Amino acid sequence: MTRQLDKRTSLAEVVGQLKSGMTIGIGGWGPRRKPMALVRAILRSDLTDLTIVGYGGPEMGMLCAAGKVKKLVYGFVSMDFIPLEPFFRRARERGEVNVSELDEGLLNLGLRAAGMRVPFLPTRVGLGTDLLTHNPELRLVRSPYADEETLLAMPAIPLDVALLHVDYADRLGNTQIHGPDPFFDEQMARAAERTFVTAEYVVDSLTDACGDSAKRNYFERSLVSGVVYAPGGAHPTSCAPQYGWDAAHLKDYVAAAGEDDGWQRYATQYLGRDEADYLQRIGGVGHVTQLPLPVL
Amino acid sequence: MSEFTLSELAIVACAEVWRDDGEVLATGIGTIPRIAAGLARLSHNPALLMTDGEAYLIEEPLPLGPREGKTPFSGWMPYSRVFDVVWSGRRHALVTPTQVDRFGQGNISCIGDFNKPKVQMLGMRGFPGNSVSHANSMFIPGHNPRVFVAGEVDVVCSAGYNPARWPNGKVPASLDIRRIVTDLCVMDFGGPERSIRVVSLHPGVTLDEVRAATGFELAVSESLSETPSPTEEQLAIIRRLDPHNLRAAAIKNNPPGIRAR
Repeated sequence: MTRQLDKRTSLAEVVGQLKSGMTIGIGGWGPRRKPMALVRAILRSDLTDLTIVGYGGPEMGMLCAAGKVKKLVYGFVSMDFIPLEPFFRRARERGEVNVSELDEGLLNLGLRAAGMRVPFLPTRVGLGTDLLTHNPELRLVRSPYADEETLLAMPAIPLDVALLHVDYADRLGNTQIHGPDPFFDEQMARAAERTFVTAEYVVDSLTDACGDSAKRNYFERSLVSGVVYAPGGAHPTSCAPQYGWDAAHLKDYVAAAGEDDGWQRYATQYLGRDEADYLQRIGGVGHVTQLPLPVL
Repeated sequence: MSEFTLSELAIVACAEVWRDDGEVLATGIGTIPRIAAGLARLSHNPALLMTDGEAYLIEEPLPLGPREGKTPFSGWMPYSRVFDVVWSGRRHALVTPTQVDRFGQGNISCIGDFNKPKVQMLGMRGFPGNSVSHANSMFIPGHNPRVFVAGEVDVVCSAGYNPARWPNGKVPASLDIRRIVTDLCVMDFGGPERSIRVVSLHPGVTLDEVRAATGFELAVSESLSETPSPTEEQLAIIRRLDPHNLRAAAIKNNPPGIRAR
């Protein structure tokens, strides 16, 4: 009998496969569709010295505050309606974290180069700016064609692991993103050795459940190593159209950054011993799913 | 003529930046730039492409703040497609850097030493790519020497007309910084060697005030004029685009459009 593919796993099993020192890409964008259940599992773990790559939101601040980060690779770190991420800001202003600050599009090109398995992609992005000063490893190349233009050679950003949060997944590793913007999750998955996905809903087969929405599948299942059922797993970030970000919770998180031992206070109050405990502490999945979508 | 605020005057001046652009993506970040893009679309440039600020193209500019009803979408514009548009050059963004220098270089990354900043801000975001790819203008709500700095900005996020920053010491001909609208005046890059030049003063503002509020020397247009006041028609559109009057909080103390001398 043929063994059927089944990629369903748990948060603990995923984090058990991560190692200190890894380069981890985190999907989503700012305060949107971040795989926070996995981030929380990392926060509770012994992992350290991580290089975190992404379109940064509160996950970057939290991982910095918990001492998990060796280096951040980002174009921005922001929570949109609260423009400045407080714990990222604190880590930077104390000089506690190494960074590679890039342009958002350059980050996209680096991930694409990794997915395409080329060493770099040429671009004008970064020329004329301090991006070159503060990323001294970046090199320029001259076009081999008649134009002889000088361009930036954006190096590939290969990831050991990509962590993503989606609306739907099935046991084979098929995924669907129902929000308005898939962001760069696809590029993360292509750049990564392995990709782990948390989902609001995990079904036997997406073919049966939502076959008419196959266009919401942005990367093929062969890129996905594991699927975890994590309802409310993006909280306190949003997972449109399922729920909005938790403004009150994020404001309390910001307040914590202004307190002595504020991270400790936040972690003690909310993090809990596992995801079920976390959800209970913040008011249950019911609290998450009723959070209104923001008006932009 | 009815009274108007400085914010409303600035919105009209900002809307002008897109007048001759044709069918490009107009991106206004922040209250005044966003209302200005809507005003441009509804008055002098109906060809402009606009988004809902999230992931869709729209044909009717969205009013700011809470609103009734669902927005009709005409197309899809997720961030990956925004980058495609950026790199194609078919975009004109109006943004607010924290610092600007005499070369038009802008900073939103951090203040102070990059390795241990005094104040960490957003990060470079899309500024490097925007600046080398398409037209850009700026709106500065508080014209002062902490924004318009002497020397260079602390972190050059958006490229400018500074030859020393470019490969082979040559500013590319394609670099296109259009206009800077502030709470005091409108400036462009028409001075000697593309330096910043005052082209109009807002009503009641003097050139000396502008110079005193700027950390570097300014050129002055031979046809220096007064920034046009909003028309009744423009004010009506602005009220429609900003029904909750968020523009009242966009410039400190919400001064009147015509300031007493």
